[in-house]
Amino acid sequence: MMMADSGSSEEVAVICNTDITSAESENNIINTMVERGTVLLRKMEISVAEADKRTGKNTVNMQETYTVYLIETRPAESVPEGGTPAAPDTLWRRYSEFELLRTYLLVTYPYIIIPPLPEKRAEFVWHKLSADNLDPDFVERRRVGLENFLLRVASHPVLSNDKIVFLFLTEEKGWRDAVQETGFQDKVDSRLKSLSAMLRVKNPDKRFMGLKHYSDELNTIILQLLRVRARVADRVYGVYKVHGNYGRVFSEWSAIEKEMGDGLQSAGHHMDTYAAAIDDILEEEEHYADQLKEYLFYTDSVRSVCRKHELIQYELEMAAQDLTYKKQQKEELATGAVRIFSLKGMTSKLFGQESQEQREGRIAALEQSIQEGEEAIKEKDAECQEFVQKAWTDIERFKEQKDKDLREALISYAIMQISMCKKVRTLFLFLQSSFVPVHASHASNVSHLLPCVLSFRESRCGLMPKSASTKCEPLKGPNRTLDQK
Amino acid sequence: MSGHTVPADISDHMLDLDEDEDLEVYSKNTTLADGGTMPNSPGSMVNQYQLEEDEEDHQDVKTKDIFVCVDNPESHITAIETFITYRVVTKTSRSEFDSSEYEVHRRYQDFVWLRSRLEENYPTLIVHPLPEKFVMKGMVERFNDDFIETRRKALHRFLNKICEHPVLSYSQHFKAFLTAQDLGPYKKQGPGFLSRMGETMRAVAISVRGLRTKPEEFTVMQEYIDHFSTKICSVDKVTQRIIKEQKEYMDELKQYSPSYLQWAELEEELAEPLKGVGNCIERCSKETEDQIQHLSEVLLPTLHEYVLCADTLKAVMRRRDNIQAEYEVKNEALVSRRVEQEGLQEEVEDLAGRVEQANSALRGDWTLWRNVMRTDLKSAFVSAADRNVEYYEKCLAVWESFLLSQRGESVEQTDWEHGS
Repeated sequence: MMMADSGSSEEVAVICNTDITSAESENNIINTMVERGTVLLRKMEISVAEADKRTGKNTVNMQETYTVYLIETRPAESVPEGGTPAAPDTLWRRYSEFELLRTYLLVTYPYIIIPPLPEKRAEFVWHKLSADNLDPDFVERRRVGLENFLLRVASHPVLSNDKIVFLFLTEEKGWRDAVQETGFQDKVDSRLKSLSAMLRVKNPDKRFMGLKHYSDELNTIILQLLRVRARVADRVYGVYKVHGNYGRVFSEWSAIEKEMGDGLQSAGHHMDTYAAAIDDILEEEEHYADQLKEYLFYTDSVRSVCRKHELIQYELEMAAQDLTYKKQQKEELATGAVRIFSLKGMTSKLFGQESQEQREGRIAALEQSIQEGEEAIKEKDAECQEFVQKAWTDIERFKEQKDKDLREALISYAIMQISMCKKVRTLFLFLQSSFVPVHASHASNVSHLLPCVLSFRESRCGLMPKSASTKCEPLKGPNRTLDQK
Repeated sequence: MSGHTVPADISDHMLDLDEDEDLEVYSKNTTLADGGTMPNSPGSMVNQYQLEEDEEDHQDVKTKDIFVCVDNPESHITAIETFITYRVVTKTSRSEFDSSEYEVHRRYQDFVWLRSRLEENYPTLIVHPLPEKFVMKGMVERFNDDFIETRRKALHRFLNKICEHPVLSYSQHFKAFLTAQDLGPYKKQGPGFLSRMGETMRAVAISVRGLRTKPEEFTVMQEYIDHFSTKICSVDKVTQRIIKEQKEYMDELKQYSPSYLQWAELEEELAEPLKGVGNCIERCSKETEDQIQHLSEVLLPTLHEYVLCADTLKAVMRRRDNIQAEYEVKNEALVSRRVEQEGLQEEVEDLAGRVEQANSALRGDWTLWRNVMRTDLKSAFVSAADRNVEYYEKCLAVWESFLLSQRGESVEQTDWEHGS
C-alpha cells in the first residue's frame, strides 16, 4: 500500500490502480493506491504491469539475461458507462533505465528529495527468501517497487513537470538520447565529487544539520529493524515448519490405531496445513518490509539534499573569504602597508619596487576582480536562498508523506498480525475438534468458543445456518484493506 | 470396562525365594489379605472374572476410593549423601486400610523399590513407569528446582496410576509403601541378588532358544508395541524440537520490540504508533513465553511418560514370552523322557497354568492400558491445542486494541481535516 501525495490542498482526483496481473494475484500482492492529483497524474494512469526476461549483448559484448518491465499509461478520462477503457500505451524499460532517470533527477533537482528505487539486489534475506535477482518473487516485488517509484515521481509537484519524466513514460526508443542531450552528465561528475568531498562549513545551518542528523539516525534504526525482522521471520518459519513433522508422524501413527486413528489422521492434516500457512504469512510480511525499505532508501535522498546545501554554503563561504582577501590586498596596495604576505610583495621588495603604473594596474585589476566577486556572491547567495526555500518546501511535504505512509504501514502490519492470529486460531480449534467428540470438550478455558466449534462443525454438515455473530471466519487469504477487521 | 482379570501371581515359580512367612505374596497359601481367594487355575479364574465383572456393573468406574498426593519435596543432608524426600499423603475408604488417612515420607529409591516389587509380583501387568533417574539433557542437575518439580509431578502421576489400577492398587507392597513409617523391614524381604542373577540368566537362555509358537494375538500386540514405540518417540522428539524453536523465536522477539521503541524516540507524529507496535510485540513475546512453559510442563511430560511406557510394554512382552518359554522347555523335557521324575508332570501342569494366567492378565491389562493411553494422549493434545488457541486469542486481542487506538486517531484526524 503506498501513497503519492503532493501535499496540496487542491481538489482530489482519486485514481485507483486496479490492474491486477496474474503474477500479482499469484503472489497475493494488491497494489492499492490513492493519489491526490497533480499535473501528470491527473492526466494519466501509470502502472508497471508486467515483467519479462530478455537476452541481449551488454556493453562488453557478452550475452546476458535481464528483466524488462512493461510500463502502461492511459489517459485518465472517465470511462463511459458500459464502455471499455481505451487500450493503454505501453513500453518496456529495464532497471538500468530507471536508474538513469533517477540520476538525472538527482542532479537536476538537487533540492528535492528524490524517491528511491527498489533495491537492486535482494538484501535482508532470511532463510527461504531468495537472493536470486531472477527469482520470480523478487522480480514481482521489484515490479511493485518500480511502479511505486513512478507514481511518486508522477505525483510530485515539481518532478512531475519534467519533460524527461514524461518522455520516460512515453518514448521507448529516443529517451536515452533525450537524457544525454540535457547535458546532465556534467553535473553528475561534479555532484559525485561534492558528495565525496569532506566539507567544513563555518556556520552550518541548524535546520539542515538537524535534518541530516535525523536522517542518519533513521537510517540506522530502520536498518536494525529490518535485520531483526528478518531474523524473527527466520525463527517463526522454523517453528511452523517443525510442526509439519507432527503431520507426518500422526499420519503414520493413525495406521496402527483403531479408535484413535481418525482423530490422529485429522490432526496430522491440520498440522500440515499449519506448517504450510507460514509461507503466505511471511510473503505478505515482505510487503511490509518493502515499505520500510523505501523509507530507508529515502534517507539517502534526504542526506543528498543536505549535502548539496552544505556544498552551496561552502562555496558561498569560500567566495566570501576570497572576496575579503582580495579587498585586503587592494587596501594594502593602496596604502602601501604590507599586512599580507605575498610573493609579489616580497619579490618587489627584494628586486625593487614596482612602478606606480604597475601598482595602479594591479589595483584596477583587483577592483575588477572584487566587483566580479561581489556579483558572484550575490548570485550564489540568491542561489542558496532559492535552494533553501525550495528544499524546505519539499522537506515539509516529505515529512507529512512519511508520517502518513509509515503510520499506515504500521496499521497494515497490525492487520496482518490479526489476520494471521485468526487464521491459526481457527486451525487449532479444528485440531481440537479432531480429538473431541461433538458434544463434549476438554477445552475448559475456551468454552465460550465451543459454540463456534460446534457451529462450524454443524454448518459444515449443513445442519444449522452459520449465525452472524460467530467469531470464526472461513479460512481465506489475509486482508489488507483498512476497513476490514 | 471389560476384560480385566484377577492377577496371576506366579512369582513363587519365577524366583528362588527365602520362605518368609510375612510375605503372603510368596506363600503358597493363595488367600489375599482381604480374605478373597486367588485362583490358580484357569477354571476358577473364569469364575472370578465373572464375579469381578458383576461387581463392576454396580460400580461407577470413575469413582476412586483411594487418593494419593505427592508434595513437599525436602532436602536431606547426611554425612554420606544428599537426597530429596517427598511427602506422600493417602486418603482412602478401603477396608483393607486400618485408617482413612496416612502420611509418610519417601525418597526416589523407595518408589523404585515399589515398582520393582509390582513388576515381580505381576509380571504381565503393565506398571506405569517412573521418571528417569537422571536427565541426560544439558545442564539439568539433580537438585535443580525445575527438575525436582518435574519429578514430583511424575511421581504423583505414578502413584495415582497405581491407585486407578483395579489389581495393582490392592498390592500389599503398595499398601506398605503408602502406610509404613519405615519401609526398612519390607525392603529386606524379597529375592536377593544371586536369585535375581539366576533369573536373568535363565531369561537370556530362553530368549536365545526362542519360542515354539507364539499366539497370534501376542504377535499382533508385539507389532503394535514396536510401531507405537517408534511413533511416540518421534512425537516426543518433534515436541522437544518445537520447544527449542519457540525459545529461539522468543529470543529474537525480545530484540525486535526495542527497535520500534528506539525509533519512536526519533519521531514526533510517528512516535505513538511506533510505541504501540513495540508494545504489542513485547506482549506477544510474553505470551510466547507462557506458551513454551505449558508445552514443557504439560504436553512434553505426558509424551515422555508414554515413551517410557513403550519400554515397559516391551519388558512385559519379554516376561510373558519367558513364562511361555519356561513351560515349553519343561514340557519338551517331559515329552522326550517319559520315564522321568513324577514331579515333572506336575511341574509342567503348573507351568501351563501359569502361562494361561499370564496371558489372561496381559490380555485384560492390555485393553485397560490402551484405553488409558488414548485418554491421556488425547487429553494432552487437546490441552495443547487449547493452549494454542488461547495464545492466538491473546495475541489477537493485543493487536486489535492497537488497531482500535489508531483508528480512533485517524477518525479524529479526518474530522479535523474536514473542519468538523
